[in-house]
Amino acid sequence: MAELMEPRPGATGRHVGGNTEEPVGHGEMKSYFDEPSLDYEVTETLIDDGVREELASIAARYPQPRSALLPMLHLVQSVEGRVTPAGIEACADLLGLSTADVSGVATFYTMYKRRPVGKYHVGVCTTSLCAVMGGDEVYSRLQEHLGIGNDETTEDGAITLEHLECNAACDMAPVMMVNWEFFDQTTPRRACEVVDALRTGEEVRATRGARVVTWQQAERVLAGFPDGRADEGPTSGPTSQLGLRIAGERGWSAPDPADVRTTDDSSEETK
Amino acid sequence: MTDTLTPVLTANWGDERAWKIGNYERRGGYEGLRTALRMEPSEVVSLVKDSGLRGRGGAGFPTGMKWSFIPQDNPKPKYLVVNADESEPGTCKDIPLMMASPHTLVEGVIISAYAIRASTAFIYVRGEVLHVVRRLQQAVREAYSAGYVGKNVLGTGYDLDIIVHAGAGAYICGEETALLDSLEGRRGQPRLRPPFPAVAGLYASPTVINNVESIASVPSIVRNGAAWFSSMGTEKSKGMTIYSLSGHVTHPGQFEAPLGITLRELLGLAGGIREGHELKFWTPGGSSTPILMPEHLDVPLDYEGVAAQKSMLGTKALQCFDETTSVVRVVLRWTEFYKHESCGKCTPCREGTWWLVQILHRLEAGQGQEGDIDKLLDLCENILGRSFCALGDGATSPISSAIKYFRDEFEQGMHTPAWELFPYERSTVFVREPAGAQA
Repeated sequence: MAELMEPRPGATGRHVGGNTEEPVGHGEMKSYFDEPSLDYEVTETLIDDGVREELASIAARYPQPRSALLPMLHLVQSVEGRVTPAGIEACADLLGLSTADVSGVATFYTMYKRRPVGKYHVGVCTTSLCAVMGGDEVYSRLQEHLGIGNDETTEDGAITLEHLECNAACDMAPVMMVNWEFFDQTTPRRACEVVDALRTGEEVRATRGARVVTWQQAERVLAGFPDGRADEGPTSGPTSQLGLRIAGERGWSAPDPADVRTTDDSSEETK
Repeated sequence: MTDTLTPVLTANWGDERAWKIGNYERRGGYEGLRTALRMEPSEVVSLVKDSGLRGRGGAGFPTGMKWSFIPQDNPKPKYLVVNADESEPGTCKDIPLMMASPHTLVEGVIISAYAIRASTAFIYVRGEVLHVVRRLQQAVREAYSAGYVGKNVLGTGYDLDIIVHAGAGAYICGEETALLDSLEGRRGQPRLRPPFPAVAGLYASPTVINNVESIASVPSIVRNGAAWFSSMGTEKSKGMTIYSLSGHVTHPGQFEAPLGITLRELLGLAGGIREGHELKFWTPGGSSTPILMPEHLDVPLDYEGVAAQKSMLGTKALQCFDETTSVVRVVLRWTEFYKHESCGKCTPCREGTWWLVQILHRLEAGQGQEGDIDKLLDLCENILGRSFCALGDGATSPISSAIKYFRDEFEQGMHTPAWELFPYERSTVFVREPAGAQA
């Protein structure tokens, strides 16, 4: 759904100021039917009996199997590199749904991709706060550096670039995500360095998270198959701890429950 | 008199490997669970009611009261669903909580599920936060191994399963009924209420849906008492909460304080607005809460205080913008967000957000047409209150409040592009990085 609403790749850059690339306000309005839908011409698939078993094991986690559809589609992406017709059929078969039902779900959520995603999915937040703080510059520099537009993939298949909506790390703006790992307080230069390192196969660590795995491996974790990397990375970022640090310096804390009990017996009334 | 900052939920965020169960237990973790399991479920509900805890996801509905709406004579299974789909622009408290201390949430889930007599609980976490998903998955596994979750929890005969469920990218799923549809494997679109989820929620069964921070507050309430919790905060807004300060602030970050602290106090702790600049406008609780001005710096940030200024406390996401910022640009981007995230179910929201974006694009580019500002307000009036859920209402808040305070700036959009009035590079944090520097 949300993807259906997306402007044509490259049609609107994020405005960094000055140069707008399209007639403003009355740019060509395209119809819902212009969007690329699932590519039914590609029929080869990696979904085999092993994958079908794993899909079934996801369904078995839930009181009602259909609840498993979102994680099942994550697994399809981890196997196929996108949501494929074969993946949709496999989910539909296992859950007793029509392929139209499953497609309807797959096309609603932005994390499901109908075209092949690169080895690394790089997202830059361009919602208001990150945009103002420099997200627009980060995004446009990456576009230039990689030579691709929104939702496009580099020719070597390494990087897919996308501008994102708020990823819940606003105190660390501007925020970049690589395969849904946090790269906090990024700059245009650092963003380019990260994608260069990814393309040359260097080890890249998230600022709050683990060593970056591939997009397909990340999708497998989201399907509910842990990869053993939960213990990597820090407890939290420096900004997360700011209030805690200040409280420590000034000797501030929550009230001592013992003090409250002696000065107020209303806790007894709750019994 | 309580201290200015009162770390409870954030107390262990600086600990080494705080996410491990052993480190959580060393700080008294899971003591609240043991206490709760010695109580009757209804006593736990009363305790949370007495504490005055109100929903931390935006609406501020009393948590204990929500729990008491679950009809216990209904023979269907009861469900607890944690809304961990944090994605309201500006909001960034639940994600660090779950990354740093997932067991605070897991312990809260067990106590809350016990209180409403649910034997299955779900944590619906947005999919775009891989490492948070990892930490939650591991914490739940650890809790099973420790006997806190699973069959016969701590030998009490109580059974509970917890399922960590990753979403797939849709802000609308933070709306509780859309979340339920999504959790049932459907497109995340809101449901008409009534029936309310407490009566017919997940699988048409009685369901409680609470925000992460609300549920994470429960263990401390059980451990320290309702009176302890309500000794913090203001008359009708009790307890401590996490305020997220972001934007043009010298030191942005998370601050846990009793409800009712002011932005002036918080800015004092954060080193103020970045050097050489001044506050232009701010949001109290995310982009869906009408913007506020410097004149509101002393407004108590509790549910009533912010409502009195015709805004909402929301998620306590304090986004601060300085005088370099174009309000038209900021409002346009928020509106693009709502347009992108509208689920398409209700016509006013689905179509209206497109219209709003078109007009705001013109105004940003200095190509506004006569009547555009009134048209924006008219569209807002036709969206507000005319859709199933609050997304449409939220989309109108930034526009109508920004026009109220900055109509001049919208007028300038008739002839001058926003990037000429407010050169965008001046707003960035890396303003000193040489222009045109290449990697």
